[in-house]
Amino acid sequence: MSTLAHVFEFEGIATIALGSVRKQIENTAPPRGLLCDFPLGRPLGRPDDAKFQHRVLSHAFSLLEAEEPVLEEFEEPVAETGTEGLVCPLPPRSNDDLLPVIDEIRGLRPAYDRAIAKFGNRAGTGRVVSADGIEAAVESLIRVADGTPWKEAGIPGIPSRVAQDIRGYYEISVLGLTDHIPAAWSGTNWFFTKTLAGKVVLAARAAIGDSGAKRPIWFYMAPGDR
Amino acid sequence: MSDAEVKSMAENIEAPVFENKAFTIPPELSKATVAIVSTASLHHEDQDDFAPVDIGYRVLKNQKRDYQTGHWSPNFDSVGFAADFNTVIPLDRLDELESEGKIGKVSDVHLSYAGNQFDLSGIRMDSGPAGAKFLKEQGVDIALLTPV
Repeated sequence: MSTLAHVFEFEGIATIALGSVRKQIENTAPPRGLLCDFPLGRPLGRPDDAKFQHRVLSHAFSLLEAEEPVLEEFEEPVAETGTEGLVCPLPPRSNDDLLPVIDEIRGLRPAYDRAIAKFGNRAGTGRVVSADGIEAAVESLIRVADGTPWKEAGIPGIPSRVAQDIRGYYEISVLGLTDHIPAAWSGTNWFFTKTLAGKVVLAARAAIGDSGAKRPIWFYMAPGDR
Repeated sequence: MSDAEVKSMAENIEAPVFENKAFTIPPELSKATVAIVSTASLHHEDQDDFAPVDIGYRVLKNQKRDYQTGHWSPNFDSVGFAADFNTVIPLDRLDELESEGKIGKVSDVHLSYAGNQFDLSGIRMDSGPAGAKFLKEQGVDIALLTPV
């Protein structure tokens, strides 16, 4: 971010860089920086809150009045950590003949489709796996967790990218199950701690890691603190 | 999982040191053209996704707001963006500022890069200057840089 700021200034474009990581924006010192203590992924702070977003922008644009490099901090931190827990009911088993995780995926499909219809597909599926391919993708990761070498398990893409689509399917389903936009990270925490698919992703990640695969292949299947 | 834990992993990533720093004085905001440059790996639905180590940029049309994130990092919350793109690329807010006369014009184009880069030399020497020149040619005076 700050690298781009410096480069753009050299080309004659004035920049204002928003940053959410204190030490990072302090160390990289963009020409005009606004530290916003917001959750990663939400640089304007609060989704669907125009007044709040305008306050961020107003402070950011005020930095243009500075005559030398400036770093200021936005005075309204957003302390959403996702630790509050997301109460999000998983669908009951509807078909005992299916693997429970497959039943879970099918049960969430109406919620996923509702969310996509309402918000569009901005971060759901489709990087390498469509919504229709989520079941097969999860089945491939089950095979990995059960001992099949990851290259022979039929994973439909780079594991980290496939995991993003599975996580996206579930996190977007949350938008179809709730009547509000969840706090940052709460959808992620719900996926990894409450859902069967989240447990499959973590088990496959561990198995690929234990197999000696290169770190980028498996590490980015989940956030780095897991 | 906490936001603080993930942020702590990003605190000490090394960044290039610029010995000669430029500081551009823009025209008055009410007369300036403003673009957004995001490192959220945004792209239109019909554009190529970002590759794992992709130093390039995607040109985002202002009026075609079907932006998707192709970011490779799992270390951010994407639900806020999924529900309201203004959380990352606040174009509705810029439109409102333009209609109020507080900014001159919202640029017809914006840019997105992939922020998950560890070797920044390519962006510094190649795609960064190219993107800046492109925006300059489009009449952009001010760039608001947004991460994820």
